[in-house]
Amino acid sequence: MIALKVNGKVFQVDASPDTPLLWVLRDRLLLMGTKYGCGVGACGACTVHVDGKAIRSCTVTLGEVRRNRITTIEGLPGNHPVKQAWIKEQVPQCGYCAPGVMMQVAALIAEAKKPDPEKVIAAMDDVLCRCGSYPRIKKGIRTAIEIARKEGRRV
Amino acid sequence: MKSSLSRRDFLKGCLGAAGLTIACSLTPSGYRLLSAAEMEKGAFKPNVWCAITPDNLVTIAIPNAEMGQGVRTALSMIVADELEADWSQIRVKQAPAADQFKSPLLGGQITVGSASVRGFYEPLRKAGAAGRVMLVKAAAQTWKVPEEECEASKGVVRHRKSNRTMAYGKLCDKAAQLPVPQDPPLKKESEFRYLGKPMPRLDIPEKVAGTAVFGLDVIVEDLHYAVIARPPAYGAKLLSYDGKGAEQIEGVRKVVQVPMGIAVCANSIEAALKGRDALKVSWDKGVLPDMDNSYIENALREELNKPGASVVNTGDAKKAISEAHKKVEAAYFVPSVAHATMEPMNCTAHVANDHCDVWAPVQAQTAAQAIGSKISGFPREKVNVYTTFLGCGFGRRAKPDFVVEAVSISKALGKPVKVVWTREEDIKYDQFRAPASHRVEAGLDVQGRLVGWSHKLASPSILKDIAPAAVKDGIDFYCLWGLADAPNSPMWNNRIQYEIPNLSIEFVLSPLPVPVAPWRSVQNGPNAFVIESFIDELAHAAGKDPLEFRLQSLKNNMRARRVLEVAAEKAGWGKPIPKGEGRGIAQHACMGTYVAQVAEISVDKHNGAIKVHRIVAAVDCGPVVNPDPLIAQVEGAIIMSLGTALKEEVRFAAGRVASANFDDYKLMRMSDVPEIEVHIVKSREKIGGIGEPGVPPAAPAVANACFNATGARIRRLPLTPMTVLEAMKSA
Repeated sequence: MIALKVNGKVFQVDASPDTPLLWVLRDRLLLMGTKYGCGVGACGACTVHVDGKAIRSCTVTLGEVRRNRITTIEGLPGNHPVKQAWIKEQVPQCGYCAPGVMMQVAALIAEAKKPDPEKVIAAMDDVLCRCGSYPRIKKGIRTAIEIARKEGRRV
Repeated sequence: MKSSLSRRDFLKGCLGAAGLTIACSLTPSGYRLLSAAEMEKGAFKPNVWCAITPDNLVTIAIPNAEMGQGVRTALSMIVADELEADWSQIRVKQAPAADQFKSPLLGGQITVGSASVRGFYEPLRKAGAAGRVMLVKAAAQTWKVPEEECEASKGVVRHRKSNRTMAYGKLCDKAAQLPVPQDPPLKKESEFRYLGKPMPRLDIPEKVAGTAVFGLDVIVEDLHYAVIARPPAYGAKLLSYDGKGAEQIEGVRKVVQVPMGIAVCANSIEAALKGRDALKVSWDKGVLPDMDNSYIENALREELNKPGASVVNTGDAKKAISEAHKKVEAAYFVPSVAHATMEPMNCTAHVANDHCDVWAPVQAQTAAQAIGSKISGFPREKVNVYTTFLGCGFGRRAKPDFVVEAVSISKALGKPVKVVWTREEDIKYDQFRAPASHRVEAGLDVQGRLVGWSHKLASPSILKDIAPAAVKDGIDFYCLWGLADAPNSPMWNNRIQYEIPNLSIEFVLSPLPVPVAPWRSVQNGPNAFVIESFIDELAHAAGKDPLEFRLQSLKNNMRARRVLEVAAEKAGWGKPIPKGEGRGIAQHACMGTYVAQVAEISVDKHNGAIKVHRIVAAVDCGPVVNPDPLIAQVEGAIIMSLGTALKEEVRFAAGRVASANFDDYKLMRMSDVPEIEVHIVKSREKIGGIGEPGVPPAAPAVANACFNATGARIRRLPLTPMTVLEAMKSA
């Protein structure tokens, strides 16, 4: 049994330490919002936060993150500026890449003292959206930063 | 998993519940509207459902797969508008696979051909309007007032004189006793409440929350996971296998041989994958061990020397071209590209004692049910198909090989099984957009007018697996879309739009073993690249502006002219552009919709890299249902098409697919994406599709812009930096 901190709760996971975090989250903890896309860290669909940083959960193992704080899309509050913006701008199409994309945006916004939309957009080249919702992702990023600024909060 | 309803439960749910249920039944002469009572008699097979229930909700059955095109919302808007429902009352239910839900246009329950809205638009409007008329009548009878004094608005019927109101939920039981009007009056365009207005998509909140259930997210009791060791090369035969090593891996339950390879079944994905690594399998070299990219290209170019089947033969193209003032000829090639849906192929199935369940992200419900029935041995009505959300479709999920696998393995294992494809398998075992070679000749008269066009193309057959009987006399119309329509298929309008007095189109069916399938817009995409590039060549040969030449060759085609003119005007066609930059234009019609696009690009003269700065699109799809997702669909189609224009080509080596993952099969990324403007041209023409028609013009618009910038005409996709550099040297 390995104790794992996810979305503010501690779970006891019965899996080998070399199991990719992605499969632990999905098939053991049933947090299905984190998606499998490529398994090699090349698409970003499986992005989660590990101690606040955007990490590809397909490329880290359970053993590597047992002492870290993990947040998945389900752990991002419903009123989070990124979630609000994604609905306002009607960003997703098929929606499969959306959780990973949103988690990466949320981390980038949170990391910057004064988030700059153009800098965030420039840091999104390592996530893929086959539907081509990129123009909406750009809008979503601008809106999310605007919402965060208006709400006067660090996200 | 949530909202899993069997077909019977679903029908019972709609029929058995109190309230008013309206369905349509397709007849050879059109369709008929029916009530729940009539449906129970079983005289008709109704195919679209909306139910108004005493809880004041309006539930709409969605027969189509939701893959981001917004079909749930669009179909709901059509019903809600005519019904005068309040948007907050609307609920959707994903319909199970059943004959009742077959598309009026396509004859099967399948989401392809950009046909959902254009197929259901008219019957759904009528169904909604019938419901409104019945609810008004029920209110008038309750109040004992003339119907004319009552009106329906936002889920409530109001008696104008007395200002009394009753909600639909209160009226639905009474309304259900009334006869269903067959020709209820439809609203005028000016009365539309939802149609044509941007309505938020109903599927977005759960997609943003991370709770939307895709195929890979299906969890059922006692679920097993399976991965398959597949033949590495095309046609490779299994020589031997040894599953002992795999079976020793913790969690692995069973190794079974199935028609498509050796399946490793385990209690987790990671155990199944480890088990597959431990499997010892040997295969022979396959049917064509020499096949690589140049083999395919040479073979297809070679096929053009064989006699082709005549598809179109109007006038005398040969004579017209030989007698023309100017003759232009060119050879084109388009390679295989992958669907690369974000969610890899997968399916969960359970062959139980007396029925079979299939949970699948599938575009083809009717086919999935038939597969389930054939393999499980149960009749179709004992096969429940639950359609999940689809992590992209693009036509790939209309070929349900993954359903065959899941049902076969579940049958062998006697347990529910989720078959998972890794990304590598998803690319290697994709059925690609068909590679094709083209040879085109055309003649111009003294005034530079198009007098004859002769076109020959060769490609592997797309229809041979989907509908083998549809391949007749060596002609596969799926390979020809964009050039020619199949007979009796006026709805598609996938033919060449230009007015050509002497036109010949020939087709050669190639036996290459590369598996191919429909890929967003099917061959309209690659064929439009050829047609629109060649039209540009002709404009140049005629000494005319590419826009002017197109308009001149589309004299009577008002819709094509209009989208060209709008795109050109919005893009500032004809205005000077800086050196090193170029502008290109292209138009194409398919699935009943007309699209023109202008591309603005620059070319790096040192390394040949193309940067697309802007795409301006004009779209005429007839009446608009939901403009915001419509624009999103066109944006996405353009971006996908730009991928084929600039980057995408599947690599083959030694008779197998060499491309494997996103690190070597490159897709468009954020920084590749240009500014995109989509202009909707107002139109009262027959409604067209929107998921696909944005694809065809983008690639040729870029290639034409490249010619405009560099003078280099590139007749092969993709326009990689190396291709551009070489073409510039010889230009």
